[in-house]
Amino acid sequence: MRGHLILRVVSKLLIPFLLLFALYVQFHGDFGPGGGFQAGVIVAAAFVLYALIFGLRATQKIIPPALLEVAVPLGVLIYAGVGVLTWSLGGNFLDYGMLDSHDPSHGQHLGILLVEAGVLMTVSSTMLLIFYTFAGRGR
Amino acid sequence: MLIDQFPAIVVAVPLVAAALCAIIRHETACWLIALVVAFLSFVGSATMLGQIKEYGEPLSYKMGGWAPPAGIELRVDLLSGYLLVLVSLIASAVLIYGRHSVRSEIKEGLRGLYYAMYLLCMCGLLGIVITGDAFNAFVFMEISSLSMYTLVALGKDRRALAASYQYLIMGTIGATMYVIGVGLLFTITGTLNLVDMADRLGPILDTPAAIAGMAFVVVGLSLKIALFPLHLWLPNAYAFAPSAVTAFLAATATKVSIYLLMRFIYSVFGFGFAIEQTPIPEVIMVLSLVAIFAGSFSAIFQENVKRMLAYSSVAQIGYITLGIALANATGLTGSLVHIFNHAVMKGALFMLVGGIALQVGTVRLSDMAGVGKAMPLTMFGFVLGGFSMLGVPGTVGFVSKWYLAVGALDNGWWWVVALLMLSSLLVLAYMGRVIEVAFFRERPEGAAALKEAPKSMIMTAWVFILACVYLGFDTSFTVGVAEQAVDVLMGGAQ
Repeated sequence: MRGHLILRVVSKLLIPFLLLFALYVQFHGDFGPGGGFQAGVIVAAAFVLYALIFGLRATQKIIPPALLEVAVPLGVLIYAGVGVLTWSLGGNFLDYGMLDSHDPSHGQHLGILLVEAGVLMTVSSTMLLIFYTFAGRGR
Repeated sequence: MLIDQFPAIVVAVPLVAAALCAIIRHETACWLIALVVAFLSFVGSATMLGQIKEYGEPLSYKMGGWAPPAGIELRVDLLSGYLLVLVSLIASAVLIYGRHSVRSEIKEGLRGLYYAMYLLCMCGLLGIVITGDAFNAFVFMEISSLSMYTLVALGKDRRALAASYQYLIMGTIGATMYVIGVGLLFTITGTLNLVDMADRLGPILDTPAAIAGMAFVVVGLSLKIALFPLHLWLPNAYAFAPSAVTAFLAATATKVSIYLLMRFIYSVFGFGFAIEQTPIPEVIMVLSLVAIFAGSFSAIFQENVKRMLAYSSVAQIGYITLGIALANATGLTGSLVHIFNHAVMKGALFMLVGGIALQVGTVRLSDMAGVGKAMPLTMFGFVLGGFSMLGVPGTVGFVSKWYLAVGALDNGWWWVVALLMLSSLLVLAYMGRVIEVAFFRERPEGAAALKEAPKSMIMTAWVFILACVYLGFDTSFTVGVAEQAVDVLMGGAQ
């Protein structure tokens, strides 16, 4: 893509901040509105913007579809894996308090962090995969 | 104690396994994982049911260690245990059955994902039954429905995609209605836990918000149940889905929604309000009777045998909901027994038809001439299954119709009994057509020679056919559990 100088420069400037904002929303989820779902959508939006400006092929070089197809179930596995971990520590399914033997509230923080990371992974890869599928039609 | 963790294991392990299958994608490996997990769920469900039956206490599980009503509660009582056993049993059996049929009907690269979706669907269905939380039930409903849409769309026929899309639109409308209803109930009670909600709704049941919430929940669930006239998604979805999916879908998906409807009508809104003070029983009764006749009439005129059985399912769902409308212990027992019985016989019939689809290539009635001679085991099983649908004494169909008829007599509705008898004649008409074509017509000249379907398919189907006969004589499991489960449902009311 040769033309559209303004679009290219502005989006190049914007994308890092979009990703940063996504991380803010992700980690803010512990204390207020936000979390993995919203952050995942923002991450996917950053990549969709990149694909709109620089083309699908360039985007798929950065994140190949095959990687996304693994990332979608992997996020679910991280989520459910935390549950299995709390089982193995003798608690109920997803009882995060079990994750820290000294202070249950630390365990809660850790549990939420891991689970939300799984959600972020699944949501962002699903969104991007849907975009790839639609954008790749007729090729 | 390990059994304390069973409620979560039954639902969470299929979820983990589904994600694993989606990563592995190897057909045989995924099939093995699915089979082991489904069987594990079955053993877990049966153990829980046995435990509850023995001690009479429901199992309650605190998800994440948070106590209900604030936390999500998984709750297994006799009724949900009964449904859990049914769903996990059918899921395991269809996996054993479906190996060949999946190979012939689903593209090679997609088979691993098929098993992933299958497990996800099973997880959702088990989740709806096991959860004691109204919103959690919605989440599981979406999990099971979304995976079901995908499974239906995997059908070989191009029309499967359109059928799946139709199912998606109707299913989503149903789920939306349900969640609007739950939202209304949540705003006036401030709780999502079903037991807690029932307690708090008691004094405010006749407020407009409660009535609106009830209406939304009932209509939304009726769409998922495919109660006439909201059944339009069902025939195409059953007809064009892969054979194994149809057998699984027909035996479990609508049954689970019926369970949720029963829970809401009897446990949450309560017998004293929903049955005695609202027109719900009258409306459901009329719609059930229309479903029985309209479904059976439509079945008579179908050319595609899978579609014919699908319309017959609309009619059979009518029998089940009729029991809800009868609203007495006998009728409700009939309804619960028919949930199990219909799953067994319709599951078996769809499995046998799947065998025909595999060997003959189509399930059109005109292509089935003379199949009886070439595939005697399949067609003989079909005849026995047909008897069961008809309600011949000595088969499961008779048991459930008997309870429904006695339930109707208890209410003094003798004309319902007459209609039930009449409807059996219609079953004779559509099942008879298939049997006539298969046994009394010759294979056309030059048609390719036919073999019996693979052993794994025939054997699984026959286990279910024999179960139709066995459970027709020995009703201690179905009727025994159903009668106690009815006490649970009616007990919340009195």
